[in-house]
Amino acid sequence: SSLKQQNCERLQTAKDEDEDVADPIDDREIFDLIRSINDPEHPLSLEELNVVEQVRVRVDDQENTVGVEFTPTIPHCSMATLIGLSIKVKLLRSLPERFKIDVHITPGMHTSEDAVNKQLADKERVAAALENSQLLEVVNQCLISNARTS
Amino acid sequence: MNDTVALLQKFNAHPDSRCWYVAWNPKGTLLASCGGDRAIRIWGREGDSWECKTLLQDGHQRTVRKVAWSPCGNYLASASFDATTCIWKKKNDDFECLTVLEGHENEVKCVAWAPSGNLLATCSRDKSVWIWEVDEENENEYECVSVVNSHTQDVKHVVWHPTQELLASCSYDNNVCVYKEEDDDWECRATLEGHTSTVWGLTFDPSGQRLASCSDDCTVKIWKECQPEGGQEGTDVAWKCVCTLSGFHGRTVYDIAWCPLTGALATACGDDGVRVFKEDETADPDQPAFSLSAHVPKAHTQDVNCIAWHPKEAGLLVSCSDNGEIAVWNYQSGV
Repeated sequence: SSLKQQNCERLQTAKDEDEDVADPIDDREIFDLIRSINDPEHPLSLEELNVVEQVRVRVDDQENTVGVEFTPTIPHCSMATLIGLSIKVKLLRSLPERFKIDVHITPGMHTSEDAVNKQLADKERVAAALENSQLLEVVNQCLISNARTS
Repeated sequence: MNDTVALLQKFNAHPDSRCWYVAWNPKGTLLASCGGDRAIRIWGREGDSWECKTLLQDGHQRTVRKVAWSPCGNYLASASFDATTCIWKKKNDDFECLTVLEGHENEVKCVAWAPSGNLLATCSRDKSVWIWEVDEENENEYECVSVVNSHTQDVKHVVWHPTQELLASCSYDNNVCVYKEEDDDWECRATLEGHTSTVWGLTFDPSGQRLASCSDDCTVKIWKECQPEGGQEGTDVAWKCVCTLSGFHGRTVYDIAWCPLTGALATACGDDGVRVFKEDETADPDQPAFSLSAHVPKAHTQDVNCIAWHPKEAGLLVSCSDNGEIAVWNYQSGV
């Protein structure tokens, strides 16, 4: 798949420059957190593979909710749960505790969509999975940030 | 809503980790809590505050998910993601690990003592429910008497009937199962379908005639045992859903507790809220109705995982959260 072009530059606003105003977290900020996550199998980022897109990120700073839809590269992708887990972990580690984070597959884009979504939504399963050192290591590998720009 | 829930104390119980569960001992003098830090803490009241009396750090290799006091109050069982269940014996302020129950293939999600004190039930992500018998002669000896595989997915919680030897479990498969002993073997006698997502918690009403369940589908369901069609002796028991509480919870309902003293129903929710429901007096016993009596929208700053009524003091309630905190509340009904 082709490399994505750099997203348009963020416009600097007067509000951005005012240090005293607490910036609400927006879709772009969430996207910036997840765009560089590595695919577990290919030497490409989730953004480069079109697995994550800014339009599929929904943040409501007032309601403390974040929703991310991700699109597996193929409908039978066996890495779908792992990719979803990496996105979830990245956001759990990066965002303030007040946020409720929902990560699910873009509707219609995976054969086991419901099963994968249910696993990702179950915080007990996620917590137990992350206590498995081998799985945790695989997730951490996906989350290693690269120096390269994308 | 004339009724109120007032915060009495709030304290950090499990530093930098989740507090998954909290349980009063039968006398109501102690609180046991457990969490993602793999520890169990025992808390005792000192005037207006709660002090940590005991820290049990080395019992488990992974998260401790639930703890349960024996009916006599002398033993504590802990269920862990490390696939084991530990039985602890209380010796003054200290606890000694008596034995470790092994057998489940992966995370143990719950442990519960039968009111008789002779039986223990555990359940796991391995889809099974295990029933263990305590040896009367030897307190170190626990024998597994039954392994039941009625669920098709992780079993999240098990609870015993208050007076009969009857067990209920709930699961990631969206169902509730009810078990009875038949010829020295435990079997599933009824499967309660109706929830549209994982069922996280269960609680019997004080008489044991009804069961309440709570779910990821954001509802609470009340189930009542009824005569099976045909009414023959020896047929499977039948349970019917007689009430559904929907539209009250914004996210997953993780726990539910029916007060043995007042009959009030409390819930712990993933929207950070604690809610108390009261049964309407005038309703038909086969069609009960519940109203929201009190609601604390931000009981904690994160998900509420557990809620438990004090066994002796009416209105006293404890909750715990993903933020590691325990909160003690006083519920007062205006009417």
